[in-house]
Amino acid sequence: MTHPTLNPTHPVAPSDWAVPQLSMRWWPVFLRNLLVWRKLAIPSLVGGIAEPLMWLVAFGYGLGALVGEVTLGEQKVPYILFLASGSICMSAMNAASFEALYSAFSRMHMQKTWDGIMNAPVRLDDVVMAEMLWASYKALFTVTAILGVMLALGLGHSWKILWAWPVLWLVGITFSCIALIFNAMAKGYDFFTYYFTLFLTPMMFLSGIYFPRTQLPDWLRQITDYLPLTAAIELVRPLFLDQWPAHIVANLSLLMGVAVVSFWVALALTRKRFRA
Amino acid sequence: MTYLLNVENLVKRFSDNTVVDGLSFHISPGECLGVIGPNGAGKTTTLRMCLGLSTPDAGSITYFGNLSMPKEALAIKARLGVVAQMDTLDPDFTAEENLLVYGRYFGMRDRDIKARIAPLLEFGALTSKAKARPGELSGGMKRRLSLARALINQPQMLMLDEPTTGLDPQARHLMWERLQTLMQEGKSILLTTHFMDEAERLCDRLLVLDHGKKIAEGKPRDLILQHLEPDVVELYGQGALELAGESSPLRQHAARVEVSGETVFFYTAQAQPLLMALQAWPHLRSLHRPANLEDLFLKLTGRQIRENA
Repeated sequence: MTHPTLNPTHPVAPSDWAVPQLSMRWWPVFLRNLLVWRKLAIPSLVGGIAEPLMWLVAFGYGLGALVGEVTLGEQKVPYILFLASGSICMSAMNAASFEALYSAFSRMHMQKTWDGIMNAPVRLDDVVMAEMLWASYKALFTVTAILGVMLALGLGHSWKILWAWPVLWLVGITFSCIALIFNAMAKGYDFFTYYFTLFLTPMMFLSGIYFPRTQLPDWLRQITDYLPLTAAIELVRPLFLDQWPAHIVANLSLLMGVAVVSFWVALALTRKRFRA
Repeated sequence: MTYLLNVENLVKRFSDNTVVDGLSFHISPGECLGVIGPNGAGKTTTLRMCLGLSTPDAGSITYFGNLSMPKEALAIKARLGVVAQMDTLDPDFTAEENLLVYGRYFGMRDRDIKARIAPLLEFGALTSKAKARPGELSGGMKRRLSLARALINQPQMLMLDEPTTGLDPQARHLMWERLQTLMQEGKSILLTTHFMDEAERLCDRLLVLDHGKKIAEGKPRDLILQHLEPDVVELYGQGALELAGESSPLRQHAARVEVSGETVFFYTAQAQPLLMALQAWPHLRSLHRPANLEDLFLKLTGRQIRENA
C-alpha cells in the first residue's frame, strides 16, 4: 500500500465526518437565542401550548366519551389519560422539530446569523450544538407548561410523572438532532414539508398516541417498536399511570443512540454545506 | 519585521476550476491593503480562506507571525474584526443588544462589553439609535453598526469585504472617514472593493487579482505611473469611434487608444498636440484628465464586460 507524500505546506482539509469538536463556546449562542425568544415568548407560548391542549380537550373529552376506556395489557385506562400521556411526547417532538427546522434555518440561511457568529471565535460545531440544545430547551419549556396544565386539570396523580420531565427533555434532544439533518439539507422552507408529511405525521399515528399499537397488523407493529416516538411513549405513558415503564434501558438507549448518530450526521452535512 | 498576515502560494480549486492560483501577499502592521479585481477574480474566495471558512488546496496562511489558519482559527479570530459583504446583524436586537450579544461570542464579560457599547455607538454615529433595531436603520447606519460590532473585541486587524457597496455617497464618505480614523489609531485593514476611488483614498497598497492570480501589486500612485501614460483624453459623440482606428489622424498623438462602449480613450504623455488636433471635430465632446486607478484597473483586467461574471 502506498501513502501519498504529505507536503508540509499542504493543508489537509479535515473530514466532514471528523469527531465533533465541542467546547463551551455554544453557551453565548444559546444565550442569543434565549434573548430573542424572551422578546417573542408570549406568541410562542400560545402556539406551543394552546394548540396541543385544544387537541387534548377536543379528542380526550369528545372522542373519549365515545371510546370510554382503552385496554393496556391488563389495565383499563380512561381515554383522556391515554391520550394525554402520548400527546405530551408529540408536543416535545413538535416543539423541538419546529425550532430546529424553521427557526434554525432562518438563522442559518435567511439571516446569516451563523456566518456572523463564525467570524467570532466560535466553531460551526459549537453553533450546531447550541441550536440542538436550544431546540431541546424549547421542547422542555413547552412540555413543562403543558404538564402544569395537565396536572391542574387533574389528569395525572402519580408523583412518578416528575420522571417524565427528564425523559421528555431527552425526547426533545433526539428530535432536535434528527431535525438538524434536514436543516442541513434544506434549500428552502418548503423542504421541511417532506419531513413533516413523510416522517413525523406517519410516526404520530404509528407510535400509539391516539390508539394502542396492538390495533396495528403484526408486521407493522414490529416495525413501530423501533420508532423513537414509540420509545418515548413507552417510557412516559406508564409514569402517568403510576407504573414504572418496562424496557427502560432499551428505550432510553434507542433515544440516545438516535440522538448521537443523528447529531453526527447533522454536523457532517452542515460542515459540508458551509464548506461549499 | 513580522507580518500581521502572510499568505503564501494559496491555491483553491472547485472541481476543475482553479479559483485561486498560487497567490501570495502580506500585510504589515498599520497597513491598509486593498484587494481589487473583476467579479470572479477570486477576491471573496481568498478572503473566505483567510477567515478559515474555506480550506485551501495548497499554500499557507499565517497570522501575527506564528498562528496558522485554519489550524489556530479561534486564536486568530479572537484578534480579528470582520465586516462581511452582507450584513449579518441580528434583526430582533437593538443596536446595543447586537453589540452585547456579539461581544459574548468572544468570551468577553457583560461588564466589559457594556463599557465599550457607548463609545462604539458614538464612533459609528449611532448614539441616538442605541435602541433601534436594524430594520429601522438606513443602509449606511447598518454598515457602521457592523463596523462597530467588528470592533467590540479591540481587534488588531480588520477584514472588510466591500464595505461601502450599496451605500449612497454621503454614507460612503462617513464610512471612509471612520476607516481613516481607525488607520490613524494604528489598525491594519484588509479590504476588498469594486470602487477605485475607495481603493485610492484608503489603501496604502493594492493587490490586483484576475483569474485567481496576482497581476499587479504596489502603491496606487506607483501602479498608475508604472502602467499608464499620465494623461487621458476621453472622446465621445457622433463619429468618435471612427477616430479610434489605425488610420485615424489622431493616432500619432496617442501612445495607446482604447474603446469602451461609445467612448474612445487616448492615453498620452503629451495631451496638448492631441487637444489641438481635436479642434477639427468641434461637435465631439472630450474630457482631458490625469490617468487614475480606474484606467489602470481596466487596462489590467480588460474593458469588456465579462460573460458569466
